[in-house]
Order: sequence, then C-alpha cells, then structure tokens
Amino acid sequence: MFRSAFRASTSISLAARRTAASRRTALSPGLQLARRYLSDDAKQKIQQAVESTPVVVFMKGTPDLPQCGFSRAVVQVLDLHGVSPEKMKTYNVLEDSELRTSIKEFSDWPTVPQVYINGEFVGGCDIILGMHQSGELENMLEKAEVIPKIESDSPPQSSSS
Amino acid sequence: MAVDTVELETTLRTSIPISHLEIIDQSNGCGENYAILVVSDAFEGKNTLARHRYVNELLKKQIAQMHAFSQKTFTPKQYETWMAKQNAS
Repeated sequence: MFRSAFRASTSISLAARRTAASRRTALSPGLQLARRYLSDDAKQKIQQAVESTPVVVFMKGTPDLPQCGFSRAVVQVLDLHGVSPEKMKTYNVLEDSELRTSIKEFSDWPTVPQVYINGEFVGGCDIILGMHQSGELENMLEKAEVIPKIESDSPPQSSSS
Repeated sequence: MAVDTVELETTLRTSIPISHLEIIDQSNGCGENYAILVVSDAFEGKNTLARHRYVNELLKKQIAQMHAFSQKTFTPKQYETWMAKQNAS
C-alpha cells in the first residue's frame, strides 16, 4: 500500500515493509454497508470510550494481530513512541459491526483506523504517519502527557544540506 | 462497486483548483483501493485534518465504495518543499 505509492515512506519503513501482506483477511462481507443513523446510545458509548483513556484507537484487529495494514501501521507508530498499554485502548471494529458503522459517523471520518488523543479526534493512518514524520505526533503525545518529555529530541530538522 | 480513476479525477478537478494530482490505483484493478496526492491552493490555511476532511467530503460517494483510501494533501509551496526533501533523501 504505502510503500510504492509515494516515495514518502522513508522513515516509516517499519510500517511499510510489514504492512502489505496483512490486508486481505479484513473484510467479512456481511458486516459492511449496514448504514444507519447513529443512535444516542451508541454515540454516548463512543464518547465515553474516547474519554476513558488518553489514547484510543479504533482499528481492524488487535495490536498483536492487526487485520489491516493501515491499522497495523498506526499501532506500530504509537508503539514506537513508547505509548504504554495502560494509556492506550484499542477497539476492534471487526468484532462489533455496530461500532464499525457508528464510529465513522461519530468522527465524521470514512475510514478505519481512527485515533483519539485525550478525547479528541486526531486522524486516520495518513495523518498519524504524517505527524510521526514531522515530529508533531511526539509533541502531541508529550503535551497530552501520554509519553514523558525527552530533551534534545526534535526529530526531522532533516539536515539534507 | 468499483471506482475508476477518471471519476475521482473529474470530481476533484471540478471541485477545487488542482495544480498537481496523482491517483494511484493500488487495487490491482478491482477499483477499491486508491492512494491520491493532491496539490491545491484550496488547502492554504487548513491543517491536515481539515484538508483530509475536505477531500473526504468531496469524494464521499466514491470513498464509501472503496475498501481502502489514502491521501496526501499539499499546497503548491509545500509540495515543492516535499519534493525537494524526497529527492534529497
């Protein structure tokens, strides 16, 4: 997926290399396209979920067994930044078809994975990887007190002189 | 179900001024897996999340039919910088 697409993948090669193989299992046809309106109940549950833990990820599969390359990339990046398991909770949308549809509406975002930090929607895979590359993600995680501040570490002043 | 590149391109081009556009079909022909790179003045002053939301909205109908969709959004200036960086590294 990413790897060949844009030459951008430089520093995320970790994700890129391993992702490609993992996507095909994801779709079970019965689950998709059950479009309906988000119920108050579902909305409330999601709201509680995103506020319950500093970092919340809605993904396909689990961190140990991601069922989609995009989801895998996101959890790998978060892991790379040292986000500890206590501070992060993931929800497997493949196990909950209601969640799978309602999360898209809740976030007004058409795809999974979705990452929330301190109750706030941050983005999907593209955004998280982009922020990882630019150093923004680290800043945001530090600010949110998800990871400790490390001095002398401002990543990509890429000295390509 | 399938979405074709022409449809994506037309939708984008008729909605915002595009200075550069790459649409990559990563689906091996099934038309459900795309990555796009959009360079447009329309992104000026918007952060990445806002840009992506904007593109998501423009392509709402198409994205709903895809299995995977990935995007990069730049202003012309950012694109230049990005390209320079790509070439350097």
